[in-house]
Amino acid sequence: MRLFSKILQVGLATEPLPPTSHEVVRLLHEVDDRARRLFGRALAIREVDAGSCNGCELEITGLTSPVYDSERFGVHFVASPRHADLLLVTGPVTRNMAVPLVKTYEATPAPKLVVAVGDCSRTCGVFKGGYGVAGSVDQFVPVDAFVDGCPPEPAAILRGILAAVGRR
Amino acid sequence: MVAIIGFALGVSQAALALLLAPGLVGLVRWLKARLQNRRGAPVWQPYWELAKLFRKEVVVSSNASWVFRAAPFIVFASTVAVALLVPILLVPLPFDGVGDLLVVVYLLLLGTFFLSLAGLDPGSAFGGMGASRAMTVAALAEPTVALAIFALALSAGSTNLGQIVARTMSGPAAVSPGHLLAFLALFIVTLAETGRLPIDNPATHLELTMIHEAMVLEYSGRYLALIEWAASLKLLIFFSLLSNLFVPWGVAAGLTAGALTLAVASLLVKLVILAAVVAVLETRIAKLRLFRVPELLSVSFVLALLAVTSSFLLR
Amino acid sequence: MRSLFALMLAGYALGAAAAVLRPGGRGGRGLVAAGAVLGGAAGLALALQVLLTGTPFVLEAPAVLSIADGLLFRIDRLGALFLGLVGFLAVPCGLYGAAYSEGYEGRASLRLLGALLNLFLLTMSLVPCAGNVLTFLFMWEGMSLTSYFLVLTETDEPETVLAGGWYLAMTHAGLALALAAFLLMATSSASTTFGDLRAAAPALSPSARNAVFLLALLGFGSKAGIMPLHVWLPRAHPAAPSHVSALMSGVMIKMGVYGLLRVGLDLLGGGPTWWGALLIGLGALSAVIGVLYALMEHDLKRLLAYHSVENIGIIFIGIGAGLMFQSFGLPALATLGMVAGLYHTINHACFKGLLFLGAGSVAHALGTRNMEEMGGLIKRMPRTALFFLVGACAISALPPLNGFASEWLVFQALLGGSAIPQPEVAVVMPLAVAMLALASGLAAACFVKAFGITFLAIPRSARAEQAHEAPRSMQAGMAMLAMACVALGLLPFAVVPILGSTLAGLGRVTPAAIELTRSLPLQVPGASGQMSPPLLALGLVVLLALLPLGLRLLGAERRGRVGDTWGCGRIGQTPRMEYTATAFAEPLRRVFAELYRPTRDLSIDFHPASKYFVQSIAYRSEIHPWIERLLYNWPLRGIRRAAVWVRRLQAGSLHLYLFYLTVAFLVLLTMARWWR
Repeated sequence: MRLFSKILQVGLATEPLPPTSHEVVRLLHEVDDRARRLFGRALAIREVDAGSCNGCELEITGLTSPVYDSERFGVHFVASPRHADLLLVTGPVTRNMAVPLVKTYEATPAPKLVVAVGDCSRTCGVFKGGYGVAGSVDQFVPVDAFVDGCPPEPAAILRGILAAVGRR
Repeated sequence: MVAIIGFALGVSQAALALLLAPGLVGLVRWLKARLQNRRGAPVWQPYWELAKLFRKEVVVSSNASWVFRAAPFIVFASTVAVALLVPILLVPLPFDGVGDLLVVVYLLLLGTFFLSLAGLDPGSAFGGMGASRAMTVAALAEPTVALAIFALALSAGSTNLGQIVARTMSGPAAVSPGHLLAFLALFIVTLAETGRLPIDNPATHLELTMIHEAMVLEYSGRYLALIEWAASLKLLIFFSLLSNLFVPWGVAAGLTAGALTLAVASLLVKLVILAAVVAVLETRIAKLRLFRVPELLSVSFVLALLAVTSSFLLR
Repeated sequence: MRSLFALMLAGYALGAAAAVLRPGGRGGRGLVAAGAVLGGAAGLALALQVLLTGTPFVLEAPAVLSIADGLLFRIDRLGALFLGLVGFLAVPCGLYGAAYSEGYEGRASLRLLGALLNLFLLTMSLVPCAGNVLTFLFMWEGMSLTSYFLVLTETDEPETVLAGGWYLAMTHAGLALALAAFLLMATSSASTTFGDLRAAAPALSPSARNAVFLLALLGFGSKAGIMPLHVWLPRAHPAAPSHVSALMSGVMIKMGVYGLLRVGLDLLGGGPTWWGALLIGLGALSAVIGVLYALMEHDLKRLLAYHSVENIGIIFIGIGAGLMFQSFGLPALATLGMVAGLYHTINHACFKGLLFLGAGSVAHALGTRNMEEMGGLIKRMPRTALFFLVGACAISALPPLNGFASEWLVFQALLGGSAIPQPEVAVVMPLAVAMLALASGLAAACFVKAFGITFLAIPRSARAEQAHEAPRSMQAGMAMLAMACVALGLLPFAVVPILGSTLAGLGRVTPAAIELTRSLPLQVPGASGQMSPPLLALGLVVLLALLPLGLRLLGAERRGRVGDTWGCGRIGQTPRMEYTATAFAEPLRRVFAELYRPTRDLSIDFHPASKYFVQSIAYRSEIHPWIERLLYNWPLRGIRRAAVWVRRLQAGSLHLYLFYLTVAFLVLLTMARWWR
């Protein structure tokens, strides 16, 4: 019962999504009209850790928290790429994760999008040149948007996802 | 002429159930979101999800056979067939003579059977695990369901759904302790069969904790849409059974417009109440370990056995 | 009718003769099969004629075996039902055997297989035709002996010989008990014809009637395979050739049911309540424990054999319910229970026969019965897979097939238990309902495993990869049974009146009971449930047909593509990564661990340098049916000790034996003198 009295006490914790500067979210091309119509209200995301330090993952887990609440935009996370519309890729692609990343992309049904999160996914970040690193994400799968930051804030990640599907 | 109207009403009852089902799931999710202090998706979110899934392409494993492709259709068709047989709005039902409560139970088992086969088909360990667990839970829930049916049929004198509802509606004397115990037993079975907490977490991402989800990990596009829709329809059917077999007041006994509007309204009220109960329950309790689930099911079995015994003694 | 009877005898004789004279090659095997098919069809036609017209067929042959009234054949409706069952299954199994016995080409056992198959069918057909005790027991023994030799067709495996030994011992023990039952009944009757036994039965004292019933239950029950007398079933049925297993499981064990019905219901005319309660109890126990042991099997045919134990349990539940209602004077419900049991008898013959033929095709193609080596066969044997799926759905009691129709009837019969006035007796019914439902759910789980592991996913061995589809005649046999499963499920209103009429006049069961209207719903007064399988099937088919249309209307995407199985991005997929049969059954094994009591053997090899480095781990777990050990070990030990003691009489000395002969001769002379 203490649980429910606490729930009532806290009330609604969701905050409106703060704006993000356009330098943090880089859209690589114009949003496909079909993707905009299809994913505008319901988007399923499969998160792929292609060798990250988990800093970005910690921020991504913040997305489903009551404060950022990605679900209110119709965005939810799924367990299998077969159920997914968008792949959220983090980390520089390590040599061991290169093939799994490509296989995950192939397992996703069309139409699909890819949003790469964090500096590592675009420039390999601090791991650039390391012996285990195979390259940036766009060298393996076609990326629709990058979200810069090390790690980027949850708000920025969410803005990146929404931008990829053409929502403001 | 009356038969045709009856037929049309029966079909439209099932169509209404089919239309409401995603909304019911959306309502449960919305309530859970609010209980988690967040805004959550709107109640009609599952409709957008289904619409999107129907427009995605299907990716099928190269190991899969025709069983994998046929299973979503069989699951959906059997669930809709159950929706045609169950008293959601009307009593007597136009399809009363086609199937009784036992037919309903076994039609649902038909769906689970084929879904489990489809889980085994692609040859992934996740699917096999989901299939094994789903069939275990289904098999262990069967005796409880059979005994609950027995308890209801004892007082009504028949396993016919229309007759059971009519008997309960005939007066407060028809409601006995056996009814309450059977209701509790069937509530636990509902949680088991529809894959809600504490038996299965519908929102989990960890394959080792999945039962229903694990079987559908390979499905995509329109197949996934059919399966998700059938699962939400199954939830609505179980809620309708729970409410209309035990608390049937509001169900239309005649074909007048007034009775039908009252029936729709009372159905909505009952669904909202049950959705709220499930949402609160899912917030409060944690998922049971798989090997503790039989203990919960045996609790429901004992409740059903007590229901039957009390029905016998109080006749 | 006489000509049909003669045709049946001739057909089987022809098949047996062809097997002995010219067994080899396609022509020879075809002739053997034709003999079996002809005999079976004639038997089925004769049975249908008796069932539909109601006139019994009588044939006397007192000259043959003139002891104890000679041979007398009298086919009444109950006997005709079981005769029809033999013929019904003989046709597809004979057809199947034509191609299946190709595996025995060039061996002596081909001759034996063909001849014994036909003799087995002949004697089995004549068991329900028997009109007196001698004929019955003679044909019964013939049936047992021929099936024993058929089980031993593959004598090169030691476990087959052991299985044969168990089977022979138990079937003869059953024969002795059945003979005792008949003799006890015959003490107060003029002759040993069934008519006279029936007339003399009311003169028996209640304790004698109880004794007869118990002896008959033990004797016929061991043939039927009810717990705890089922131990020979899982040993003998897998060892026999597949079409023989189908016949044994489908028809032979039903002869046990026939014997029990003939003695308990017909000759004795029903009895006190505890008869029915005992049958229900044994039936429920068999159903649950049978299916639990089936779940743990990964030998495909042994799994099916355990399922036969389960289904015999369900039949006994139906018949026990019928007897119980009869003892309370509720004729409608009594007929309902009996009809449910009889319907399940036919249905089980149908789908179990189909499943055994399917398992046989798989074993024939792969050379192994072990499910853990199968997989992916649906792409290599598509038609066998389809027929097996029909059988699996039927045995799991999925609507609208025949398994569901008969289980529904059994449920309705048990639900009618609310009409029983004594609550302490009536509580048996809900318990039986619960156990029946549990058995049915577990059977569905078991067949998801059996079909899924055998046919779906990827082949687990090279043999499975190279499997080929079954030959045409084997497919034809399976197809016939699959169609029969569907037909029996969709048209219960055609079958149930015939079943009801077989009970007419038996015991004190009146045929008034099941009024089946000629319309579609299967209505059951007294329990008043209603169901219409054809409409149900129609509804499902219509919905399935409407779905693609509906998808098109919704504008669903039609594109699709083939990809790899999702495995979290792993590089390859090998058969080691799929689920196994043992893994599938593991949750249930844990749940019922107290019943199974699996043994567990774990040995870990450590590296000599440190015990933190493990070199290898060997794990072995086995399930032995401890019920068998409990119930059978001490009698077997006792018999062995007695045999060792008796052996002392055989000292080996010729003088001693001559002495025995003289003593015996003197004793017999004295007895003959004093008995005058």
